[in-house]
Amino acid sequence: MPSLADVGQLVVNGVMAGTILAVPAMGLTAIYAVLRFPNFALASHATVGAFAGYAANAWLGLALLPSVLIAFVVAGMVGVATDEAVLKRFRPAGYITTAIASIALTIALENIVRFGFGNELRGYDLPIQRDWRLGAIRVGPQQVQNLAIAVATMAGLFGFLALTRTGKAMRAVADNPMLASIKGINADAIGRIVNFVGMGLAGLGGMLIGLDTTIDPLTGFRSILSVFAAAVVGGLGSIPGAVVGALTVGVGEELCLLFLSPDYRSAVGFVAILLVLTLRPRGILGQRAY
Amino acid sequence: MENYLIAMAVSAGIYALMALGVNVIWGFAGMVNLGLVGFFAVGAYTSALLTLKAGWSIAAGMAAAALVTAAVGVLVALITVRLRGDYLAIVTLGFAETIRIVASNAIGLTNGTDGLSGIAGPYRSALSPEAFNLLYLVIVAIIVATAYGIAERLRASPFGRVLRAIRDDEQVAAVAGKHVTLFKVKAFAIGSAALGLAGALYAHYTSYIAPDIFVPLFTLYIKLALLAGGLGNNRGAVVGAFAVVFLLESTRFVIPLVPGISVVQGAAVREFLVAALLLVMLRYKPAGLLPERLAQLPVPPASGRYQPTA
Repeated sequence: MPSLADVGQLVVNGVMAGTILAVPAMGLTAIYAVLRFPNFALASHATVGAFAGYAANAWLGLALLPSVLIAFVVAGMVGVATDEAVLKRFRPAGYITTAIASIALTIALENIVRFGFGNELRGYDLPIQRDWRLGAIRVGPQQVQNLAIAVATMAGLFGFLALTRTGKAMRAVADNPMLASIKGINADAIGRIVNFVGMGLAGLGGMLIGLDTTIDPLTGFRSILSVFAAAVVGGLGSIPGAVVGALTVGVGEELCLLFLSPDYRSAVGFVAILLVLTLRPRGILGQRAY
Repeated sequence: MENYLIAMAVSAGIYALMALGVNVIWGFAGMVNLGLVGFFAVGAYTSALLTLKAGWSIAAGMAAAALVTAAVGVLVALITVRLRGDYLAIVTLGFAETIRIVASNAIGLTNGTDGLSGIAGPYRSALSPEAFNLLYLVIVAIIVATAYGIAERLRASPFGRVLRAIRDDEQVAAVAGKHVTLFKVKAFAIGSAALGLAGALYAHYTSYIAPDIFVPLFTLYIKLALLAGGLGNNRGAVVGAFAVVFLLESTRFVIPLVPGISVVQGAAVREFLVAALLLVMLRYKPAGLLPERLAQLPVPPASGRYQPTA
């Protein structure tokens, strides 16, 4: 029988993992809301961000915060560039074709990273710190720092969407593209901005995920199942939903350790997708899914 | 060299079987399956485990692989069939990743990332490697020919027509009284069975399977084969599979000739080329190089002679 402290530790771990997962999940769902297709290229952009942050941190010797910022900006710029050069051309052919193209794009980008960096595992250059103890619960200072970055990112995104003109325009296009275009909102420009922000979040998320362990060209693809699970559970296209979904998946993945062997932990995201699609396809906070 | 060519022909045959299966799902019924490598893996593991651990015969293992994979396909289709197509994309991709993760971690069952080795092949110990390859090629050829025959029958049958109607306009098919959900689930089951059987064929041929064989890139190979041959077109699926194997194998010889390129870099260039080629095909030849030919119905000339019976 697991003790209450064990459960508490798992919940704490789950909330921390979920908060970090929320960052790329918000990126995915934002792109889905505006451009209306599941962009699997998110995986490679997470990898690109993780490696950009790595280059800044390990090669240029930058501290954590500037490195994270570089991960965001580089992945965002690559996102805009690949969308302009590749995915945009597929959108008139429908969302399924675009989704398939985004898989091909993710593999192409991943291999550009592999060509440059090779397959070996790389770790960020960070000081090793002793875990903090709060009663029976342990947390790593690095995890707390990641958590703070993720929360700040969330706050930044919510502020951007709620308060700025561009953010409002983005929400308008997501809500009703026709009406937005009548009001003179340039959908192309909004598409570029949402790609920058969405893929930037993916890159930042990829780096945050990598900070805990190591990175390699498959870093992004390995986490894509959990990211999509978070977005679908919360409701594809809803940004608050992505946060709620990420926390649900994060805590769920940890709590399942109580009665499942850790081997199957990563399958929890998939089971969550199936459950939500069976019981409530639009997700916790989403709109119609059919 | 001959042995190498035979081995390539076996791979191409297995790819062709997969392409035929995906053609039913994607080409006929217009449902996307981004995780077809997961269904392939289910078939491979089912047959490998049943023959290795339960002592089943190879033929029984292969039959079970097709059935189990079809059942999995039914489940995946049932959950997503009423939702928008992009959910099917997410679920199938997630399915493939989940299978890979479970295969990597369920060490007791699948031996984890080390994979399963020593999977039986028909008469492998009694034959020389060359003779085994040749025998296997014959088996694969018979199965692909049978699958091709079935797929052609399906395409020409009322069932195939309903699938194409659903692909082109679901609502029209429903208005015509067709049970859209049932047809979609059946199409998914048939296609999945072919994918599972292909997985079993692969496992018994190479005698070794491991999770890192079942990567998403594999899904792209088959999509590329279908696009190269022509979506919705069975002959195209087979031709495309051979074209893709030829392409993959020729890059294996050409890329190492580039000076100063490491093995990893060579592999990266190959994977990049496959992905880039798929993007180009999808963009410029979405119906494939040999587009599906639809039966032309005789259209009466629009002359003034036609008199409606009042």
